[in-house]
Amino acid sequence: MQTFLAKTRQAGPLARYIGGRLLSGLFTIWFIATATFFVMHWVPGDPLSDEKAVSAEIRQNLEARYGLDKPLPQQYWIYITSMLKGDFGISYTQKNRSVNDIIAEHFPVSAMLGALAIVFATLGGIVWGAIAARFRNRWPDAVIMFAVILTVSVPSFVFAALSQHLIIKLNQATGVSVLPVAGWGGLRHMLVPALVLGLGTMAYLTRLMRASTLEVGSADYIKTARSKGLSSLQVFLHHELRNAVLPLITVLGPAIAAITTGGFVVELIFTIPGLGRYFVTAVQQLDYTVIMGTTVFYGAFLVLMVLLVDIVYGLVDPRIRLQGRADA
Amino acid sequence: MCLQAAGLQARAVDAASRTISLAMATEPPSLNSLQATDSESFFVLTHVMEGLTQYNLDNELVPGVAVRWQIDEGGATFWLRRNARWSDGKPVTADQFVYAWREALDPVNAAPYASILFPVKNARAINNGKLDKAELGVVAIDDHTLQVFFEQPCPYFLGLTAFATYYPLRQDIVEAHGARYAAESNTMVYNGPYVLQRWVHGASLRLVKNSAYWDVERLAINTIEIPYMTSSAAATLNLFKDDAIALAGLDAESLKEAVVQGYPVRRFRNGIIYFIQFNFRDGRASVNHDLRRAMQLVFDSATLVNKVIAMPGNKALDGLFPSTVNGVSEPFQREFPPPLPQQNLVLARETIATARRAFGGELPPLTLLVSETPVSVIIGEYLQNMFKQALGLDIRLDKQTFKQRIAKMQSGDFDLVLAGWGPDFDDPITYGDLFASWNENNRGRYSSERYDHWVAAGQQSSDPRARMEAMNQLQLILHADVAILPLFEGASVYLQNPALRGVGRAIFGGDPSYKFAWIEAANADANISR
Repeated sequence: MQTFLAKTRQAGPLARYIGGRLLSGLFTIWFIATATFFVMHWVPGDPLSDEKAVSAEIRQNLEARYGLDKPLPQQYWIYITSMLKGDFGISYTQKNRSVNDIIAEHFPVSAMLGALAIVFATLGGIVWGAIAARFRNRWPDAVIMFAVILTVSVPSFVFAALSQHLIIKLNQATGVSVLPVAGWGGLRHMLVPALVLGLGTMAYLTRLMRASTLEVGSADYIKTARSKGLSSLQVFLHHELRNAVLPLITVLGPAIAAITTGGFVVELIFTIPGLGRYFVTAVQQLDYTVIMGTTVFYGAFLVLMVLLVDIVYGLVDPRIRLQGRADA
Repeated sequence: MCLQAAGLQARAVDAASRTISLAMATEPPSLNSLQATDSESFFVLTHVMEGLTQYNLDNELVPGVAVRWQIDEGGATFWLRRNARWSDGKPVTADQFVYAWREALDPVNAAPYASILFPVKNARAINNGKLDKAELGVVAIDDHTLQVFFEQPCPYFLGLTAFATYYPLRQDIVEAHGARYAAESNTMVYNGPYVLQRWVHGASLRLVKNSAYWDVERLAINTIEIPYMTSSAAATLNLFKDDAIALAGLDAESLKEAVVQGYPVRRFRNGIIYFIQFNFRDGRASVNHDLRRAMQLVFDSATLVNKVIAMPGNKALDGLFPSTVNGVSEPFQREFPPPLPQQNLVLARETIATARRAFGGELPPLTLLVSETPVSVIIGEYLQNMFKQALGLDIRLDKQTFKQRIAKMQSGDFDLVLAGWGPDFDDPITYGDLFASWNENNRGRYSSERYDHWVAAGQQSSDPRARMEAMNQLQLILHADVAILPLFEGASVYLQNPALRGVGRAIFGGDPSYKFAWIEAANADANISR
């Protein structure tokens, strides 16, 4: 009984915390939806206009079909109410497909690619960052930090094109298709695009990891560990690394969202059917329903990821949780 | 060897299985023939559907579902082949055409290309909601005879019947699937040479021979795989280099690389014309005839094409009709040569001086609306410099994204606009009526009673000679009024696997067409990489 009470008392602030965050998250999503709706309609042009103009009567028929003949506030009301019912409408450019279908079919692709990219980025970031910190101000550090700056400053389409070029050379040299140049299917198709997609984040995490490892290195418990007579490698692996990884978790939320949504160029060059392509083309084509659907979906995804990371961080690092309780 | 056995080493052209692999720029936005307006949808539709007529390798009309026809001033009769079948085995019948045309005109369906049916009696009134669709002037006399009544004489009607909006539709299938009709490969049926066997949205398409097709014996390609969708020309070229695709369209950048690599570059004049259109709305400086005339007197399309754009295939355009248009018995341009550029700097400066006086001593700056694509910007900057140097004209370049440019064209927010036009069907009127006062695509609102008169004559006269004479009048009037500055006719530049033959590059409808293609086995094993 006592333990149960203790548990609820313990869970109370956490549940309240999550509830509050969810509520503010819902508000954020509503705000995103409303702002996007009005900005989108404010941009000159509309989804029905094309290089070839249609006659006035056809134009009228089209406007009636898509409800664009109604006043804007009424369109907004219709939009928000159907969104609450989970219906994002029919795409203007993909004329027979609902936005729900588009998201359901293409987000998993972006998510799979993004997940692999995050794995590459995190592993790479930790390993390279730790190596750079361990060999601080010596040549491995210099080489890694140079690579980091290069990766951050070169746009991803350059890496995409370059890696495609290398694959072609590899395939030509071996006479077999070692890796596909582009396309979507199995893990073989994902490896290179995921690596390219994760490069930017990997560079960022490398820098972060290096800094945090150096910071941890001067902490008291490291000195204690050293004074206990542990070898420098043991201290590094068991004490420094474990604590240095913590700050990386905080940036993972936004990074996951950024990677799964920001794959447009990579998806285009490697011909991957992810949601990123639909998102960008929808903006170019002013495909109102797809713009709204993907923006709201990505907004919700981002909110969720940030919340999730906060919770995970609290679980991993007890100091955060204690602080939270003291505040409450 | 193991990899090959596992099918990982698929070649772009596989002679054994008679399979070719291709890439598409995007996935087809709509395979419902009533809704399709874009080249990707038309490309797929031209392989999986067939109208009364179709285009052959030489872009000539040949029988499709119809075996023969008779056209006069009042209407047309089509006799349908008895062995035309849908992919589910059911026969293709005349009432399926009646159904499709009525649906295309029903305002509820809001078909963007409904107007291409307007020559049919009552079509326009139905599309306006003034008449019921049952009043449309088309009747299925029996299963294999289709009779069409015209609103007014339409000598070019045959060319329209190959267009997607004129394809037949199966009422049972359309109604069974409702809004999901043609959204997936299994929510439609096919009466063309191929069927869509598999469609993974955004990822891949697979077309296989339609065993129910009346001419299936003639098809030399069994399977058309489209496993790649990308609008990136660089990625497309890389896929071609890796022997993953059999045909690759090139842009200016990838063309350079293809030339460096030594690939034989092919080109095809696609009938798309590009021109500068002047704005004739009240209050615009471009309304001044002397101003426009002076610009015409210093402009030379050949210099633009050869020195400025410098892409192979493009051809200088002087009249309204590109070299692909046919006249009575010969190419139109040979029968009726367009007015050539005069290049008279002295006269141009006199004319601009007159214009300057009309503006009270100072020429107002002009706005040239262009899209933000590299080629458009290059053309815009060239014209800006050329008119400044030759005439002292100040031109402001207004670079806009696609939709914003269209919006500004529609609202008339420009003095000059760089525009293009692709033909819908095989008749010069598809270009000719572009500048009629009632045409929505006449974005500069040029309006001339004489021009409208000759458009009407060209639309209705039953005498081919008189029709072409009317078209000639159109290009002469446009030149005299300086309604436009013709720039060039476009071309597709591309690479093609040497083992693949008989690829049809279509000026009208779906392009490219593989309906008549075959694999030259002797070349099939030759690696295309060098």
